Amino acid sequence: MVYRMRDCFSRLGRKVLDSIYYAGELSLLGARAIFGLCAHPLKRKQVIAQMNKVGIDSLFIVSLCALFIGIVLVLQSAYQMQKLGAERFIAHLVALSMCRELGPVFTALIIAGRAGASISAELGTMKVTEQIDALETMATNPVKYLVCPRFLALVTMLPLLTVYANFIGIFGGYMVAVWKLGITSTMYISSTFEALALKDIFTGLFKSVIFAVIICVVSCFQGLRAEGGAEGVGKATTLAVVVSFVLIIAADCLFTALFYFV
Amino acid sequence: MIEIINLCKSLDEQRVLKNLNLTIEKGETCVIIGRSGCGKTVLLKTIVGLLKPDSGQVIIENHDITRVDERELNRLRLRIGLLFQSSALFDSLSVGENVGFVLREHSDLDEAAVAKRVKESLELVGLEGVEEQLPAELSGGMKKRVGLARAICARPDIILYDEPTTGVDPIMADAINTLIRRLHDKLEVTSIAVTHDMVSAYKIADRISMLYDGRIIESGTSEEIKNSKDPIVQQFITGAAQGPITG
Ligand SMILES: Nc1ncnc2c1ncn2[C@@H]1O[C@H](COP(=O)(O)OP(=O)(O)OP(=O)(O)O)[C@@H](O)[C@H]1O
Ligand SMILES: [Mg+2]
Repeated sequence: MVYRMRDCFSRLGRKVLDSIYYAGELSLLGARAIFGLCAHPLKRKQVIAQMNKVGIDSLFIVSLCALFIGIVLVLQSAYQMQKLGAERFIAHLVALSMCRELGPVFTALIIAGRAGASISAELGTMKVTEQIDALETMATNPVKYLVCPRFLALVTMLPLLTVYANFIGIFGGYMVAVWKLGITSTMYISSTFEALALKDIFTGLFKSVIFAVIICVVSCFQGLRAEGGAEGVGKATTLAVVVSFVLIIAADCLFTALFYFV
Repeated sequence: MIEIINLCKSLDEQRVLKNLNLTIEKGETCVIIGRSGCGKTVLLKTIVGLLKPDSGQVIIENHDITRVDERELNRLRLRIGLLFQSSALFDSLSVGENVGFVLREHSDLDEAAVAKRVKESLELVGLEGVEEQLPAELSGGMKKRVGLARAICARPDIILYDEPTTGVDPIMADAINTLIRRLHDKLEVTSIAVTHDMVSAYKIADRISMLYDGRIIESGTSEEIKNSKDPIVQQFITGAAQGPITG
């Protein structure tokens, strides 16, 4: 009995230590990426290619999801608000939840699933086929050459996509509210502007920058340490997405609490 | 000059290199022979600093590559060309971009000069007009030759070849051997070539060293190796199935 408990605790201890170690390594990679960005000029072609991949290629799926979220938000809130006779506040609710919470988080999750997975698969394949080794023997730092352009692309594109998603979400809400619920167009628009303060948009954008850092660092880290052929790449990709999701939600919780209390 | 002193390296508990000593003089071509899985690739990767040895030193031009800082390491690496056994071409870059990678990233040459050098290097390995293709569109032997072109394009003074002729046809293999010989004669590059192929070994080597059980067990000119008294060396170079290695 005592032995089993000790075994249990030691395993728990090791898990905790492992996570701390993992967090440390992630931060180190993040720091090296930021340092690399500051220290060396990047090739513009490479950064633009990555921005295209992360941003433009994700536009359609982000639009689709944001539109649906906006629609669902209106329908769900209408169900409640109509009971209270407070339809006027539907627009408030949509605008605020979109900009403060759902826009940043959903966009980040979509990009983690799309761009994050593709980054870790690409870097993972490069790792297991010795291309990363080849880079190093050609005196090129993989962090500088591979991570930095992706970092810059994600940190700029994710906030932009978030703004776009907010807009589309609000538009989706507007469509349903105006066409199906009988709220007048001017009223919906004016109460949307009435509800939104600059602070709401900026806290959302701040979060999305943090999420971008998380996605980039986690995906690159998992990719760069992939090992053992196709299976290893698969594992790296799965882990990259799972870890990004968890960290995004955790960071969201942390920063939302921070903004609430501070 | 490359000096390898008491090099030890274990991978997954397996002791691959055990106190290996080897010196390659400036301008010399040293061929390392040995059975599949005996640690030849591990040795080459340790020499360029991709793998960190457990103990021992690799001294290149008076710098211990296992201990230098990143700046110095990169400076040394720019003078070394490595042909990977698997070619390790960047599959998102075209053949031309692969071959010119070092020049584009680390030299001041303008685009036209780089393109010219790329073309020359590709011609040296018998490839023409493939600059725009992607590595995935090439055959295995062509990839190997592109890898070779990439290794020599920046004109390094040290070239490490991991099985340069494996997977290419005999005529091309001979052309590659001639090329290695020519780089040695004309540009006085110091090279280490790993191979199983005794015909190429005899053709390109100033000296042949046999790696066995994590050590260099015998080292000498082609003649000396051919006339070696060591039964292990004899079994390897004659390719006999029966003998002390298979025991
Ligand atoms: N990344 C690795 N992890 C664990 N063990 C490894 C690794 N790479 C190589 N080894 C082991 O080290 C030993 C030497 O491998 P190495 O690739 O150097 O062989 P080699 O002499 O190049 O063989 P070949 O002629 O077939 O290429 C092998 O037994 C292999 O199992
Ligand atoms: Mg090998």
